[in-house]
Amino acid sequence: MTTNVSPPHHDAPLPSGTLAPDFEPPSTPDQKVMLSDFRGQPVILVFYPEDWSPVCSDQLGLYQAVLPEFQKHGAELLAISVDSAWSHLAFAKDRNLHFPLLSDFEPKGEVSRAFHAYRPEDGTSARALFVLDADGVIRWSFLSPVGVNPGADGILRALEGLDGKETA
Amino acid sequence: MSQTRWEAVLVGAVDETRDHIQGLAGAPVTLVQFGDYECPYCGAAYPIIKEVQARMGERLRFVFRNFPISTSHPHAEHAAEAAEAADAQGRFWEMHDLLYERQRHLTDPDLHGYAEELGLDVERFDKEMTEHVHEPRIHEDFMNGVRSGVNGTPTFYINGVRHDDSYEPEVLLAALERAAARQP
Repeated sequence: MTTNVSPPHHDAPLPSGTLAPDFEPPSTPDQKVMLSDFRGQPVILVFYPEDWSPVCSDQLGLYQAVLPEFQKHGAELLAISVDSAWSHLAFAKDRNLHFPLLSDFEPKGEVSRAFHAYRPEDGTSARALFVLDADGVIRWSFLSPVGVNPGADGILRALEGLDGKETA
Repeated sequence: MSQTRWEAVLVGAVDETRDHIQGLAGAPVTLVQFGDYECPYCGAAYPIIKEVQARMGERLRFVFRNFPISTSHPHAEHAAEAAEAADAQGRFWEMHDLLYERQRHLTDPDLHGYAEELGLDVERFDKEMTEHVHEPRIHEDFMNGVRSGVNGTPTFYINGVRHDDSYEPEVLLAALERAAARQP
């Protein structure tokens, strides 16, 4: 990935209109995901602090439940944290999550930093949401307080906004 | 593109003909809960709701909408269907209460047993459960919750505005009383 070294400030995620940095973190111990593989469809990128913590689990469980609605917009959902691929595997199995959990593990937090969604004081990803259009351009970003589950309404609104643009 | 609102607002007004309601339409305060029958936090909230209802009496109208997070709670969807099937026989609240009181026992045979215990027309209940007759309504409630900014269960709305504070009895009651005091 091209490292566009920017200060790791976590009070403002990469804004709307920015081309999303590409990345290829592992999704399973032997599989990598390139963000650019998803060109041609909207992508929902969910940065979350840690596997297993209660708020994260509620948030991702909610997204799993709302996944069919995201898919109506043709969107792919990817979640990412600094946990290892093995932790992700166990976490996804335990919580019945059927979307990729990407591992921003080595170099730690590199992808999160590139999206300005890293919390250096905790060494974890921030709780940030991005909706990318079919060209990989960020069309909506949102940073939630770390203890607050941001819900799914903002994502759905952003996806509806994209649909409106495509049909216009 | 629009920002996510911080003060989340209930989408869809309370509908006396559709919603599950305890209390009077003219009550100064309406408390809407989005709940999941298998969620332990909802189980903890259940007696608290009873307490605030007892303390506020006719000044409070309580509304329950379904928000089963099936991926986390494998029995929540069918439990919600059981409550709706009881509603079809005019017995929603009895089933709702029973489900929360026996929250750890929500398998399909348990639900069938509760229908028997309440003296429902069990044949009709079983048929509606097998055919998932009430699934669309539950999904409607769920999506209404998603669009209203429900981000977990239970989520409460007081006179249409999401209650982001704790739902310990004193905190919830104080918030309800503040809402009541704002009414003319």
